[in-house]
Amino acid sequence: MDSYDTSASTPGQSTSLKLKYYTATATPLQKQLESARKHTLPVLTPHRRKIPQENIDPEEAAFLLHKQWTLYSVTPLYKFSYTNLKEYSRLLSAFIAAEKQKGLAVEVGEDFNFKVIFSTLLGIKGTQRDPVAFLVQILSKSQLPSENRDDKVLWTGWFCCVFGDSLLESVSEDFTCLPLFLANGAESNTAIIGTWFQKTFDCSFSPLAISAFNLSWMAAMWTACKMDHYVASVEFLWSVPCSPQSLDISYAIHPEDAKALWDSVHKTPGEVTQEEVDLFMDCLYSHFHRHFKIHLSATRLIRVSTSVASAHTDGKVKILCHKYLIGVLTYLTELAIFQIE
Amino acid sequence: MYAVMSSQKKRKNSQAQKRTSLGSNSYQTNLSAWKGKENLSNSKNLSKQGQNNLVEDFDQTDDREEDDFQITMKYFKKGPTKLPQSKDKTLGKHLKTVENVAWKNGLTPEEIDVLLNVALSGKFGVAVNTRLLRCMIPATLILEDSVVKAVSWFCVGKCSGSIKILFYRWLVAMFDFIDHKEQINLLYGFFFASLQDDTLCPYVCHLLYLLTKKENVKPFRVRKLLDLQAKMGMQPHLQALLSLYKFFAPTLISVSLPARKKIYFKNSENLWKTAVLAVRQRNQRHSPEPLKLMISLANVRPIKRKWNPHSTIPEINSKSSSEECGKKRKTLSDYLSSNQSFPLEQLRSFPQLLENIHCLELPSQMGAVLNSSLLLHYINCVRDESLLLRFYYWLSQTLQEECIWYKMNNYENAEEFSDFLDTVIRAECFLQEGFYSCEVFLYKSLPLWDGFSCRSQFLQLVSWIPFSSFSEVKPLLFDRLAHIFFTSTTYFKCSVLQSLKELLQNWLLWLSTDIHMKPVVNSPLETTLGRSMNSVSELIYYVGWLSTTALRLEGNSTFLLHFILDFYNEVCGICINYNLPLVVLFPPGIFYPALLSLDSSILNQLCYIMHRYRRNLTAAKENNLVQKTKSEFNISSKTYQEFNYYLTTVVGCLWTSRPFQKGISIDPEILKRTGVTEYKNSLNLVHHPALLGYAVFFLLQEWPEERTVNVSSIRGKKWNLYLDYLFSEGFQGLKYFIRSSINRSSIP
Repeated sequence: MDSYDTSASTPGQSTSLKLKYYTATATPLQKQLESARKHTLPVLTPHRRKIPQENIDPEEAAFLLHKQWTLYSVTPLYKFSYTNLKEYSRLLSAFIAAEKQKGLAVEVGEDFNFKVIFSTLLGIKGTQRDPVAFLVQILSKSQLPSENRDDKVLWTGWFCCVFGDSLLESVSEDFTCLPLFLANGAESNTAIIGTWFQKTFDCSFSPLAISAFNLSWMAAMWTACKMDHYVASVEFLWSVPCSPQSLDISYAIHPEDAKALWDSVHKTPGEVTQEEVDLFMDCLYSHFHRHFKIHLSATRLIRVSTSVASAHTDGKVKILCHKYLIGVLTYLTELAIFQIE
Repeated sequence: MYAVMSSQKKRKNSQAQKRTSLGSNSYQTNLSAWKGKENLSNSKNLSKQGQNNLVEDFDQTDDREEDDFQITMKYFKKGPTKLPQSKDKTLGKHLKTVENVAWKNGLTPEEIDVLLNVALSGKFGVAVNTRLLRCMIPATLILEDSVVKAVSWFCVGKCSGSIKILFYRWLVAMFDFIDHKEQINLLYGFFFASLQDDTLCPYVCHLLYLLTKKENVKPFRVRKLLDLQAKMGMQPHLQALLSLYKFFAPTLISVSLPARKKIYFKNSENLWKTAVLAVRQRNQRHSPEPLKLMISLANVRPIKRKWNPHSTIPEINSKSSSEECGKKRKTLSDYLSSNQSFPLEQLRSFPQLLENIHCLELPSQMGAVLNSSLLLHYINCVRDESLLLRFYYWLSQTLQEECIWYKMNNYENAEEFSDFLDTVIRAECFLQEGFYSCEVFLYKSLPLWDGFSCRSQFLQLVSWIPFSSFSEVKPLLFDRLAHIFFTSTTYFKCSVLQSLKELLQNWLLWLSTDIHMKPVVNSPLETTLGRSMNSVSELIYYVGWLSTTALRLEGNSTFLLHFILDFYNEVCGICINYNLPLVVLFPPGIFYPALLSLDSSILNQLCYIMHRYRRNLTAAKENNLVQKTKSEFNISSKTYQEFNYYLTTVVGCLWTSRPFQKGISIDPEILKRTGVTEYKNSLNLVHHPALLGYAVFFLLQEWPEERTVNVSSIRGKKWNLYLDYLFSEGFQGLKYFIRSSINRSSIP
């Protein structure tokens, strides 16, 4: 930081940022502030949610399922263009190569032993206004020239926005809003690629942690989902903070029992309310207390897994059911938007 | 630049020190640096010698020297001598003359032109050419033409390798003094081809680094450089040139530099360092550059595990590759500005900013503006929403990510975070406006704040909340802050009041300037101004409420009362200081504790505030008489009544000895218990608990022979003397108050 003389500057000569408070039409910045204010007051955060259920191409979804994704929130990408995906992959691969061998310069377009592919995921969106999701993959080129040998996927990451209306309203057209980023692969690769995106599109990545409050929402919403057949039981993991080692309590319930419990607390058809979520969790707590005399409400919920998806408080999710892929992403998008606003 | 300037100043008196410091330094620096220093000291000795000689001669034969030099120039101009230089005494003499003049005053552009031509033409041997090149020191400038001519000698093949190297080093050292560079830039291809020469390569690289423009960056050159790199390995000079190429054409090349910045080029201007300084000083006399606004690139930041470990704030890089990619879809403004867009790295001074403000290439990451006061100027006047949004998002995310209490895990980075906050606050002070990101950050992080970490920064951020509707901000911020306020120490309460005072100042300043910018505002002035004044008065009432409660909690602490009155010292002057139609009085919960305080300075402060309230109310009244239209902003008659009530109370307590005639009533039983017989008439300037000591001291001083001290005797003439005594003791506020509000003919 250079030392500038604060006393020398004359106050309020030109006040572009401030003036906007008074212009009749709300500017994007102002909308941003308003929605941030709204979100900060807990009273105003949504009390009821729907679980969208969309039919997307199972093949497209297939390779997004059953993988553990680390979540990040991303601020809107500046001057991102879907027509330049090829160019981006060239630039990104050169950037990765340069990062891996610090100090040596590499020519863009040079041949490396890996490949970067940008591609779009057309089905991953909630409304028509949502920008198209896109996927970035790093493949290692197989040494053998044989054609049927598949390249090995080293790293995968994708950006998406599902029902992100609240964010879309607050930015101008120079920006592409894909607030949710999911990565699978070595953390070091995520760092390099994230850095490239930050530098190229002036955006910021932040790890997206999921609070216990949101985890219980997930538990309730995912239990509520109608399934043709269940692949896993509903499982909770609580952490008891005690030294020297923390104690984890795992609590697994048969999926049909959980669904029955949910049905008994569920009143409003088509949506899930805060009261229902609280009641659902309270029932589980009191059941557990009756048997083990432990107040789970005094501990911290750190993981939830169901047949729909599983989520860990440190921001790792795994989606299991393609029918509710969009539903899960909707909630995650909401959390990501909350974090960046 | 600062370092250069200071070393320059020191230069004269540290000749002797240099030698010792050279010795001690050599332990720390590597061999090459040491060699460099040796070179430097050699050339210094040379220059010193030259100067000494000159000084000796100077006194006697000023003119002769001038003539000598003319002869010398003629000699060199004329052409080759047939004698071998070693035997030629005249040549030696002439060389000496040139050296003397060059190191003392520098050479004119024409002289350099002639001598450079001689040095590179190969007329003399290497030793003479070397000596000549070494003293090619411009008085002010070097003609571009001379350089082009000199380079053309390279093609003849008469220059030895060492002369070429010396020439390139000279060119790099003197680069800034060449008047134009267009012609030289045309030789870019020639210089580039010289890269193949292994010995020349580092120096040519440096020259190219200075010379390269965007249009010089071509794919075939990139490829050539990469070939060189493959051949020679990781050389700092190649790295430098490659990263510059990457900067101009990110789509052609990618290079990642090691975490710590290396020195790319050995300081090849060592030979001429003192000379360059002298020239710069000469030139600077003519065009003083504002040094204060330099961008410092030497940022030292701690390392930590993050994606970008170098720094929280991104570096200034113009031209992101995303824009490069989107070239197919150019907008009109791109076409208009594409030819002469101005890269940020070259932005050094405010005049430069003004000249290029229309064609500035913005940083690829907006966060970088925090590191540059010039760019802060720029974003202050730019009206581009996307630019502000980019900055908003970056700052919001960074604050959230770096915040040590927001994620409850990383208190070890406290120092770094507070440094970052300091940077942000400095920028806010510089721009005299708050950032929305900071406001949102306060909302989000206040519920988790412990009231201790980065307290000073946190409270400063509070004082920079952009002006907005108080009722909207209150539940998000002030109500939560109040919880911490009431449960914390007096010191914390005072800090909060202090920052609320600054907040009020900032809001008022903004409002007062905003009124004069009417045309920009879309909505009708009357209603917006009314809304704004409402917001300000709500803030003042809120602070009044906080203060009243805090005073009760802290048992009327004098310290706290100081800060509260300090706040009202700002409030009472709004009409006159800011030209805004607003007068808000303090609540009784503050007025009475201040009036009856045991501390004389509090009483003095109160009097001063009362005096200023009076002046402001009078001014507001006059204003209203002049402009009857703005009826909405009349100060309500209730305010006047309230003030008059306070005024009579103060006068009653200090002057007329008739306190509390109406309004406040105290149970007579309590007053009786004080044991003062005439309590009803006893409170005045003499008997006031804060002033009683002064009264006694006054009597002892004026009438030391008196046996008993009877303060009640201070009346009439004595009263006047006592007043003067009080004024001389520094009761300025009291003085103003009495002068403005009391008719002194009515002495009790």
